[in-house]
Amino acid sequence: MANSKNTELKEILWLGRGGQGAFTAAKLLGAAYTIDDDNKYGLAFPSFGPERRGAPVRAFTKLDTKPVVDRSQTEKADYIVILDDTLYAPQFRELLMDGGKLIVNSKKGIEGVLTFDAETIAAEFRLPTVNTVMLGLLVGISGVITAENAVEAIKDHMPKKIQERNINALLKAAEEAVR
Amino acid sequence: MSKKFLSGNEAFAEGIRLARPQVISAYPITPQTIVVERLSEMVEDGSLNAEYVHVESEHSALSCAIGASAAGARAFTATSSQGLLYMAECLYYAAGGRFPIVMMNADRSTALPWNIYGDQRDSLSQLDSGWIQAYAENAQEALDLALMSYKIAENKAVSTPYMANLDGFILTHTYETVEIPDREQADRFLPPYETDNRIDFDNPKNMAFSAGPDTNYIFKYKEHEGVLAARDVINETEKEFAEIFGREYTGLTENYLTDDADYVIVTLGSIAGLCRETADKLREQGVKAGVVRIRYMRPFPNEELAEALKNVKAYGVLEKDISFGNEGTVFTNVNSALKKAGVNVPGYDFVGGLGGRNISPADIEKIYSDIEKGTDSVNFIGIGGGNNGK
Repeated sequence: MANSKNTELKEILWLGRGGQGAFTAAKLLGAAYTIDDDNKYGLAFPSFGPERRGAPVRAFTKLDTKPVVDRSQTEKADYIVILDDTLYAPQFRELLMDGGKLIVNSKKGIEGVLTFDAETIAAEFRLPTVNTVMLGLLVGISGVITAENAVEAIKDHMPKKIQERNINALLKAAEEAVR
Repeated sequence: MSKKFLSGNEAFAEGIRLARPQVISAYPITPQTIVVERLSEMVEDGSLNAEYVHVESEHSALSCAIGASAAGARAFTATSSQGLLYMAECLYYAAGGRFPIVMMNADRSTALPWNIYGDQRDSLSQLDSGWIQAYAENAQEALDLALMSYKIAENKAVSTPYMANLDGFILTHTYETVEIPDREQADRFLPPYETDNRIDFDNPKNMAFSAGPDTNYIFKYKEHEGVLAARDVINETEKEFAEIFGREYTGLTENYLTDDADYVIVTLGSIAGLCRETADKLREQGVKAGVVRIRYMRPFPNEELAEALKNVKAYGVLEKDISFGNEGTVFTNVNSALKKAGVNVPGYDFVGGLGGRNISPADIEKIYSDIEKGTDSVNFIGIGGGNNGK
């Protein structure tokens, strides 16, 4: 039930291809939002296509200041984050709430959309995927979570040996987004 | 107590770790895989002292659990969909042998067409196998059921295997904040398994025997009594659980705004939250909507349903199941409960979520409106209805 009254509900739709880590980003966002506040609640869930690398994957994060009990797929999102610009289509704008933002990883500009070259940041930190970069951009643009909490979520939910690179990429992306 | 952001599968695995099973035998199948992966990691890192048996099929997984239980061990397995169907033969052995094994089933569609997503046609097809069947709504309840399951199943009056059902993906793969109880609290709540129903060289007895027409019916009657005994044991166990862990559960059903409701949706599993939210919204518009969530399909909440529905104007059953050629099995069961209690109000069946199809807020609003206006007896969400024996 999209943003009825008395709620702080924020819904974020993630789009990527199998193997790009869209669901991991959705999960990190939910974990970060709830990490240090018992009065914050989150759900993060995937909607997989065929189970193979490269197939389109959708993931959802719902954040609220009361328990999130509506587990249905988001119909109107506050933010849509697309990890791969080959998945972008203008119709996604119809899934945005009024004032919502669409963020796309792309080397070229797309009208009405916030585009970022996330791959260059990912490459700088030797990351094969852009998911934590896109999460950093969302942090910078939206402020729905703090960068500190995003870092803590990465520490809790990612394997040790890739934590530092992902944290640095996220922090750099968050800074770039503010700029 | 600690808090973690976990999926339903991970939460269930945490509950099982606290329950200290001695033997785990499982075969991986989507969307159950994560629960057995986590458990194998726990055995590997020493935080769970259990024998983890890799088996070649689901049939073997449950056979192994039966053998372990017959040796007096606390046994666990998990499966889903075609895996559950493949182990169906053994479900009846476990129940008839009165082995209090716990199994997590990730509710998933049944083939064909092949589909890995959630509906409840797998577990509901096994209602007659003699197992207790619980349905969780969220990851916290999943963890808590894992811990409560052994205490209920192993109760001497019950001595019946227990199937905890989690909606595939919508619960198994959805992450949320979960409270994980302390080890000492869990140990205080659930003591080690002790039973006479086991192989014992000092006290030899016949187990897993045959029984002919002269005695067989007595065993079946006793099996029925065992599942029925779970009614009271579930309530007692939840009371004790609340005292130790501070979280309260409501027995075989959970009612929401049913006291003065005109129109009620009866459902089970993870969709109940959206039904409650929709009921809230309708109440703001003056419609007296309510929800009954069935938490246990076996033993079945006959009296609870009759009590909750006796004064409504109409009800609908929302279920992720269809018994082809008739109606959804939950609807059949609910109607029987009302008939026995002499409750005569119009009821309609709504079949949705098959093969993991999303059930939207608008779908639930339409169900309430259809219940109010009256509709066909069996309605497929997104397709339409038909009258099958109205």
